[in-house]
Amino acid sequence: MNASPALRARRLLAGAILLASFVGLARAQLSIDITTTGGRQVPIAVMPLAGDTSQPQSVGDVVGADLARTGLFKLVNTGGVTPLPTEPSQVNFADWTTRNAEALVIGKIEPASDGRVEVRFRLFDVAKQSQLASYSYVVAPAQLRATAHRIADVIYERLTGDKGVFSTKITYVVKRGRRYELQVADADGFNAQSVLASNEPIMSPSWSPDGSRLAYVSFDQKKPIVVVQNLAQGTTKVVASYRGNNSAPAWSPDSRYLAVALSKDGLTQVYRVPAGGGDAERLTESPGIDTQPAYSPDGQWIAFTSDRGGSPQVYRMPAAGGAATRLTFEGTYNVGPRYSPDGKSIAFVQRDGGRYRIASLEIATGQVSVLTDGNLDDSPTYAPNGKMILYEAQVGGRGQLAAVSGDGRVRQRLTSAAGDVQDPAWGPMPTN
Amino acid sequence: MKKLALYVLVALAAAACASNDKKETPAAVTDLSSGAQQPQSGTGSSTTQQKPMGSVSGNPLTDPTSPLSKRSVYFDFDSNAVKDEYRGLVQAHSRYMTTDKRDSRIRIEGNCDERGSREYNLALGQRRADSIKRALTLLGVPAAQIEAVSFGSEKPRALAHNEWAYAQNRRSDLVYVESKSVKR
Repeated sequence: MNASPALRARRLLAGAILLASFVGLARAQLSIDITTTGGRQVPIAVMPLAGDTSQPQSVGDVVGADLARTGLFKLVNTGGVTPLPTEPSQVNFADWTTRNAEALVIGKIEPASDGRVEVRFRLFDVAKQSQLASYSYVVAPAQLRATAHRIADVIYERLTGDKGVFSTKITYVVKRGRRYELQVADADGFNAQSVLASNEPIMSPSWSPDGSRLAYVSFDQKKPIVVVQNLAQGTTKVVASYRGNNSAPAWSPDSRYLAVALSKDGLTQVYRVPAGGGDAERLTESPGIDTQPAYSPDGQWIAFTSDRGGSPQVYRMPAAGGAATRLTFEGTYNVGPRYSPDGKSIAFVQRDGGRYRIASLEIATGQVSVLTDGNLDDSPTYAPNGKMILYEAQVGGRGQLAAVSGDGRVRQRLTSAAGDVQDPAWGPMPTN
Repeated sequence: MKKLALYVLVALAAAACASNDKKETPAAVTDLSSGAQQPQSGTGSSTTQQKPMGSVSGNPLTDPTSPLSKRSVYFDFDSNAVKDEYRGLVQAHSRYMTTDKRDSRIRIEGNCDERGSREYNLALGQRRADSIKRALTLLGVPAAQIEAVSFGSEKPRALAHNEWAYAQNRRSDLVYVESKSVKR
């Protein structure tokens, strides 16, 4: 992740040129620190791919960084191996056994037709001296980084049994002074693009299930309203601008509705609006505040925050409205529920003695685990494979992104050079 | 300059409310339906001399000597109760909206300190705004002329991360939305 000074300068320059433009490469990339406590890490050797000249990072570096970031892998030194092996017959398994590598990745990049390149990689089980995977991709040179993420996805799935999320996107709000930007970046923080800029706050971005649209809260009309933006076209549509507040959009899994929090009839309550626009339909009827709705992945339920019982707690109700059941009981402040992709857990924000942490609730058992140790953590969002939870951590008065594994063992801190980073949302698996 | 003066006033009011815990005198219930002027309790209140329409020189909303220039109500932590010290402020604005400028429209902007979940804070700020709206409607201001909205913890007035800043940011502001027409 350490770009050379020249590259960094080039990146800065590019940022300066695009500064005035509405949509462009964001100036600051995120850098990521990982801490892992306990648990076994699989030692894996990721060889440089023969013929790889990609910048700023080689394909092998991107693959290795992706795997290392999960905390489940340990990168093995690959120095001194010449020439770079590209075929199974060229692999010296005895050497890799000596280096304590359990898995090995080799590959090559060669020119293909139309200016494109062919990327081939192979994954080996060192102990068994057997090939576990072999793939080839013909892509434009500009797609090499994306291809590296796809390779990492294959390796991760082959070795852990879970889907990789290296080809997914994240979105978050960056605040610099009075300037707000909604950015979309690769899951590793690279390729950050500003999709919206405003001098008014932007809040609560939420991905449509297919990743093509973002719903968010805009303050451009001097109060919160809910807007849906098509990412490819850049078009926007206001889907809720009722009297009072309009906020907390959450997509139904079938993309038909957005559950939203509206105050048009008094205190904030949960409603749903058609995602393409239309009339709001009230889903909760409580004397308190009902907000922060989240659909269960099967579309059957909506979890939400309500203080109908005196303190804010997580409840759940049928997705079309109806009797609500309280889900959290410990403490006086449990808010902002988000379902895990398998629908079995809910991540939320818990206040404990003036500190706000991310916790998870196992719905079947009611078991609650506190996952983070910050002072002001907010906005948990599950990776689409359910393995990590991305959230916002306030450190020294500044919002930063952080991630924690579902078992709390692996922690990542994603640091941006400039500004407050707020309200992350992890996008869905790519549809291709 | 006026703006600065207003800001200082507001800051003093905030400091007062932060340091001055539970010393409120019992609330005197004021009957406003009769239109009679009665002494009111609290610091922010004063008996307003109602001026007939047309005799107002300048805008009472920006005249720092007018009680109408006070448009911020501060709240205790985790509370949306309008404290007695703001009774006079709310009454002055309700009088203005029901007597002096019947067609005025107001937006009440609720705010929270930064602690807690952002979206829940938005709803808490809305409840703070709503409590002012209810106070105004009880005093006869038509609900249709009031919009209660919230900025949650998104637009803090004080940017520090300490109790003093938090006290300043737990606030509802009364904003007249057609300020130009008010000047006539």
